[in-house]
Amino acid sequence: MTELKLPSIDYAAIAPILIMLGTALLGVLVEAFVPRRWRHLVQLTLALLAVLAALTMVVLSADERIITAGQALAIDGPTLFLQGAILVLAAMALLLIGDRSVERGGAFVAQAAVTAESADDRRQAEGRNGLTEVYPLTTFAIGGMLIFVAANDLLTMFIALEVFSLPLYLLCALARRRRLLSQEAAMKYFLLGAYASAFFLFGVALIYGFTAGIPGRSAGVDFATIHAAVSDSPASPVLLFAGMALLAIGLLFKAAAAPFHVWTPDVYQGAPTPVTGFMAACTKVAAFGALLRVFQVAFADATWDFTPVLGAVAVLTMLVGAVLAVTQTDIKRLLAYSSIANAGYLLVGVLAPSRDGLAGTMFYLVAYGFSVLAAFAVVTLVRDNDGEATHLSRWAGLGRRSPFFAALFTFILLAFAGIPLTSGFTSKFAIFGPALEGGQAWLVIAGVLTSMVLAFPYLRVVVMMWLSEPGESTPTVMVPGGLTSAALMIGVLATLVLGVAPAPLLDLAAGAAEFVR
Amino acid sequence: MEETVEYAQATGLLGGVWLLVAIPLVSAAILLLLGRRADRWGHWLGVAAIGVAFVLGLSFFFQLRGLENKSVELSLWDFIAVGDLRVDFGLLFDPLAAVFVLLITGVGFLIHLYAVEYMSHDAGRRRFFAYFNLFVAAMLLLVLGNNYVMLYFGWEGVGLASYLLISFWTERPSAATAGKKAFLMNRVGDAGLAIGIFIMFASLGTTQYDEVFNGVGALTGTTVLVLGLLLLLGAAGKSGQFPLQAWLPDAMEGPTPVSALIHAATMVTAGVYLIARSNPIFSANSTLQLVVVSVGALTLLIGCIIGAAKDDIKRVLAWSTVSQIGYMFVGVGLGGGAYALAIIHLLAHGFFKANMFLGAGSVMHGMKDQVDIRRFGGLSKHMKITWLTFMMGWLAIIGLPPLSGYFSKEPIIASAFEREDWTAWLFGGAALLGAGLTAFYMTRLFVLTFHGPKRWTEDIEHPHESPKLMTIPLILLAAGSVVAGGLMAWNDGVASWLSPVLGEEAAGEAHGVLSHTVITILSLLVTVLGAGLAWFLFRAGTATVPQPAGVLVTAARRNLYTDTVNEAVFEKPGIFLTRALVYLDNRGIDGLVNGLAAAVGGGSGRLRRMQTGFVRSYATSILAGALLVMAAFLAVQAGWLA
Repeated sequence: MTELKLPSIDYAAIAPILIMLGTALLGVLVEAFVPRRWRHLVQLTLALLAVLAALTMVVLSADERIITAGQALAIDGPTLFLQGAILVLAAMALLLIGDRSVERGGAFVAQAAVTAESADDRRQAEGRNGLTEVYPLTTFAIGGMLIFVAANDLLTMFIALEVFSLPLYLLCALARRRRLLSQEAAMKYFLLGAYASAFFLFGVALIYGFTAGIPGRSAGVDFATIHAAVSDSPASPVLLFAGMALLAIGLLFKAAAAPFHVWTPDVYQGAPTPVTGFMAACTKVAAFGALLRVFQVAFADATWDFTPVLGAVAVLTMLVGAVLAVTQTDIKRLLAYSSIANAGYLLVGVLAPSRDGLAGTMFYLVAYGFSVLAAFAVVTLVRDNDGEATHLSRWAGLGRRSPFFAALFTFILLAFAGIPLTSGFTSKFAIFGPALEGGQAWLVIAGVLTSMVLAFPYLRVVVMMWLSEPGESTPTVMVPGGLTSAALMIGVLATLVLGVAPAPLLDLAAGAAEFVR
Repeated sequence: MEETVEYAQATGLLGGVWLLVAIPLVSAAILLLLGRRADRWGHWLGVAAIGVAFVLGLSFFFQLRGLENKSVELSLWDFIAVGDLRVDFGLLFDPLAAVFVLLITGVGFLIHLYAVEYMSHDAGRRRFFAYFNLFVAAMLLLVLGNNYVMLYFGWEGVGLASYLLISFWTERPSAATAGKKAFLMNRVGDAGLAIGIFIMFASLGTTQYDEVFNGVGALTGTTVLVLGLLLLLGAAGKSGQFPLQAWLPDAMEGPTPVSALIHAATMVTAGVYLIARSNPIFSANSTLQLVVVSVGALTLLIGCIIGAAKDDIKRVLAWSTVSQIGYMFVGVGLGGGAYALAIIHLLAHGFFKANMFLGAGSVMHGMKDQVDIRRFGGLSKHMKITWLTFMMGWLAIIGLPPLSGYFSKEPIIASAFEREDWTAWLFGGAALLGAGLTAFYMTRLFVLTFHGPKRWTEDIEHPHESPKLMTIPLILLAAGSVVAGGLMAWNDGVASWLSPVLGEEAAGEAHGVLSHTVITILSLLVTVLGAGLAWFLFRAGTATVPQPAGVLVTAARRNLYTDTVNEAVFEKPGIFLTRALVYLDNRGIDGLVNGLAAAVGGGSGRLRRMQTGFVRSYATSILAGALLVMAAFLAVQAGWLA
């Protein structure tokens, strides 16, 4: 019998992951043992404290550059930066999720299993407090994301993918209003997510086959082995390229890149808006963190082979996102297509093979996350008796009714459009600059052109809010409670500060922009 | 011999130089933000701010005198830092800046005081003082900046304040038009200055005064010429020099204190400051200097000729300003020792022209805002103080010894004759002729206003003297008009004070075409001739309606047709060009843009139909995408792509 050798684990370095997963388990216990009326408060506090604690651990281990847990996790600059980003954005999302002042009982349904649109369902929409299981689900998802960006082999990455995806599928189904739409969204997301996971897993298998037979190494799917195999493997390169393609598909699906974006508009529209914000900000960070690591660590020596294909995907993504955004009539779908286009810009950053490119991409993820969370925070506020009024025609004349929130939203839209003095400008600059230096001018040209197209739908909303007369059906904007206000103000301020003085965060990203192998 | 320019860091009391700009700025902000709540005391805040700035300026001045290298620099913060481009938000307090600070705050304080009373019946007095303080802040920034971007900042700031104040009485269409005209003509000049600064960035990589001046030697002659011409364009725009002189007389639509401070004493001399400050650039190219002198000489004649034909008291003074700044341009164009002469004339002019403008305001105050000198006459008996103080200004500007103008203008005329070729006769002759014409039109103005028979409109019975708050500044400025020139010329005081900035006067006697004594006698002669002729012609008054006149007078009344030329050369083609562009834009560019937009919209609509909402079709499209991506990867591998 062979002796099992336990791998050494640096517990301090993986503490953020342990804290989040531990808190999620604790949250399940809270559901069981804490009285109903206290649950919401306890769960929210617990989740926020856990995020804070995890963030503290990330900051404390800022200089850590190791591979631990037997090659499974890499705690290095990009990991720590992206974990920090996920945690900060998740804290904002938790504030939105926890808000119960905008809608009585919160944005989540009280009993998800009641048949949609039935009498019971209508009754529970009238203000029974929403489920508090959303907090353990969210913390599980955050924990999964933290592993996802740290994963140093493909199996860990796959498990992390499932750990953060499954809670998200559930969360999508929990909207208080428009239950059918919400359930449909969750169903679609789940089916297509499972489908994409299968591609990913198949890719892992092919890569494993490819690594077999390198002199002096056993086969494996950790990135060091794959990296060695790319130049040394005696196996057929068909295995490598087919595997690489399948892995890319699995990851691009999560990143919402065309043509794997099809789920995005439906899911963004159907999911409860705080969850949509969470997905748009944090899932994006996680997905791109993994893409960066897979393509810049494991497949670093195949750059010339994957760049044309991923470049084509980037251009297609930008085009699809920008062009389709033009004719959207629902604000959440509009933001979904904008998020798709932004995935295209981020891919440009992934393909800029330099330290600056990596730093720019990480900066973009943070800047975009703040803006998009603020945007969805405003979406939660514009409502009528039936919940959120997401149809764009209802936003006409909003500037007259609620100039303050309309002004904030205008600012965020201008940031999305990339107007200077907003983070939208600095982050695009941070990505396009290195891409141009790396010889990817065609991607930058496509990026700038699609940005111009994309400015149109954004400005159309601005024009609608300010230059149209408010109609009978123009809803009022709720005055938000403390939690949503805090999230909104953090997002808007970050958008402004990162636009005016981006240097500190850019320096931080540049300092962190090196993978350990 | 190349000298390098270096500035020491500011320490001690001089570290507070920024207060000079900050105090008026804050007071302007307070006046604008508090709105009507500040109506009752706002004007006193405005006056106090300038008073404090003057006292500070004076103490800084004495500090500076005690310093060895006579200049301090104060870096406040990095203003712009992009790549190689660094612009400091920094100030420079040196002899040249110091005299401007004293002029701006000193004369400015007196004019502020005067304006308290002059504007007392105006509902917008607080707003007026807010703009006025904004102007002072911007003007101080202009002269205190330590690089061209700071100067440009102040330059646009004074421009803004000037437009706001020219069209202060917004209910008058003529005031609004005048503001627009000033704005447009200044844009032309400002564009020149801006491009000049861009050239500095491009060729020297900096706009800091010391670095630019030290780097000028390394530039090619053409670059220096182009740079200098662009700076000159900017200077001509702000200072009302040919060909951009037409806005200045129209600017008299603003309240009289504005005309006195902005359009006579300070802002319009910013062009002279710019050239004097940039003296290493201008001295580096003799063609450039020749152009500056030519512009100055031409403008001084234009100003005199038109001034002699005008009947509006403020416009005569305005054209006189144009012509006197022409003298200053001649001075800075001649270079060498004449730089200091131009600055001395600028300072002296600040006193006597402000004095006369305020005197004109006082006359208008007593005559129910009448401005037509044909409708005055005999006022010396009714407005004793205004009459006497205005007389001091008149005698000063025509250059009667020993008043200011004699010490400041006559040396410029003499310098103009000090060239060694035929241009000495040209420029010297123009300056001399200008002196005679100045004496003529100023005497005409003085005699028609204060002497001769009454030609008042019927509604005026007893013109009254202005209240003390207006006459005290008048008296102080009149005293300045009498003694300032002499004091500044005494023992070459100001010239040697300015020498660290403007360079030493060339050693040895210059060899002019005429001796200094001859020039002095000649200039006194033409002055007496001009003044005597005017006295003779206008001692008995004049007709109250325009009389038929010869070609020259008609031309002068119409501003020598310069407005007509502007209209024909710039306005008409400009309007045509605009219309053509609008046509092109509507038909061509809009068509293209709208077509593209329609294409995008159509494409979007069509693509949207693919978003069916069915999971099965989504899965199919993902599968198709997956096949495509795999095929592409394998194609790359087989070497078909990339």
